[in-house]
Amino acid sequence: MIEVKDLKKSFGDTQILKGITTSFEKGKTNLVIGQSGSGKTVFLKCLLGLFEYESGSISYEGKNFSKLSRNEKTNLRSEMGMVFQGSALFDSMTIAENVMFPLRMFTKQSKSEMEDRVDEVLKRVNLDDAHKKMPSEASGGMQKRVAIARAIVNRPKYLFCDEPNSGLDPKTAIVIDNLIQEITDEFNITTVVNTHDMNSVMEIGEKIVFLKNGLLEWEGSSETIFRTDNEAVTNFVYSSELFRKVRKMYLEESE
Amino acid sequence: MKYLHNIGTYFIMIKDIFRRPTKWSVMKPLILKDIDDLIIGSLGIVAFISFFVGGVVAIQTSLNMTSPLMPKYLVGFATRQSIILEFAPTFISIIMAGKVGSFITSSIGTMRVTEQIDALEVMGINAINYLVFPKFIALTLYPFVISIAMFLGILGGLMACVYGGYGTMEDYVEGVQLDFIPFHFIYAFIKTFVFAFLLATIPSYYGYFMEGGALEVGKASTTSFVWTSVMIILVNFLLTSILLG
Repeated sequence: MIEVKDLKKSFGDTQILKGITTSFEKGKTNLVIGQSGSGKTVFLKCLLGLFEYESGSISYEGKNFSKLSRNEKTNLRSEMGMVFQGSALFDSMTIAENVMFPLRMFTKQSKSEMEDRVDEVLKRVNLDDAHKKMPSEASGGMQKRVAIARAIVNRPKYLFCDEPNSGLDPKTAIVIDNLIQEITDEFNITTVVNTHDMNSVMEIGEKIVFLKNGLLEWEGSSETIFRTDNEAVTNFVYSSELFRKVRKMYLEESE
Repeated sequence: MKYLHNIGTYFIMIKDIFRRPTKWSVMKPLILKDIDDLIIGSLGIVAFISFFVGGVVAIQTSLNMTSPLMPKYLVGFATRQSIILEFAPTFISIIMAGKVGSFITSSIGTMRVTEQIDALEVMGINAINYLVFPKFIALTLYPFVISIAMFLGILGGLMACVYGGYGTMEDYVEGVQLDFIPFHFIYAFIKTFVFAFLLATIPSYYGYFMEGGALEVGKASTTSFVWTSVMIILVNFLLTSILLG
């Protein structure tokens, strides 16, 4: 479980996060949504320890991240997997080498053990025959799946995804969403996904956190988001005619 | 204030190069790759430039020796001194700041832009050690490049002198051997080691700490070349004053 209390972060005179308090439960797919510039990526990078924050706290299983020693932070980070918006694959390595990288860095497994594990996770993300390809030879969807494979290869406790669907066609986006959901359930990990893809919100949002101007505006789930009368949420989520119709149908059916 | 901040950040980066080292099994191939990219990959251009500049130095020296009282072997002597003391260690290093330095800045900068450095940090890896240490080790072989530059520069001078009709081989070789001071070699290689350190660290600094997108990668490469060159010239002046002054 990840607990965030009164998190504040500024860049110069601009305050990006203005005191966010929330929590992300184990075994759930937690979505952080909000308009561009609402502070989602900064929030995620604070969770990962890539940005230092001015005040507040972030705790992993009750341990305050900022108070951990350097070694404890390194150990905790080895339990995190991250899928970056642009995949962030190492372009000098093949797909198999990318996926094997965390194992080479943090385990003492033999080469054959590592290769077996890489085969296993690449199979899990439906990339059985892409081992020798370079990232530049892979499509956007494939790159995202490789990034997910790399993130889960070392059996993390926490999985973070920054806009995993950006730049993908709707069908591939659904495949990625389902994959994230399945992996969360299968490995019982805490997953936090930054997104502004409304399909993801409807499909996999077991918990949804809505940020607006650096503040937590609303919390709920893919069920409760249909019923909320929070104006900021409805303006954002139901900005398209299609989603307004979906909401209307959902509410009519549930009555 | 900004300059002070940059200098402070640079020295913190230097310290971080040696902290929390990456596993040797991962580091070894990185070092070999950087030796290939930075050292082996530079030999061609260094050899080409050294050979022809050596030739030009010999021709210029010969053409400027208008007095019949000046012995012919001075061509070889002047070429040797120019090549060993300044051209090979200093001017090849400026060229390397353009070739190797830009490569280092743009490759690390691209990793920054595409979040590959963030990916390393999220994994708990000391990204500075992972990225800069192999380049630092690879460039400890830089004196090897400079030795080749020295040899080919003097050889180029010989070829230009003999085949251009500016003097005989015997005169040139006599000049090359004349009043040889072994400390000049030591001085040249002390400079070379210091320049190698600057070549590995200044471009890495500009790549690692760059912000922005593809355009900024280009700007960072240019800035890195300018500052590496400036530092090489300044350090050259200081070391020459200390060691030969």
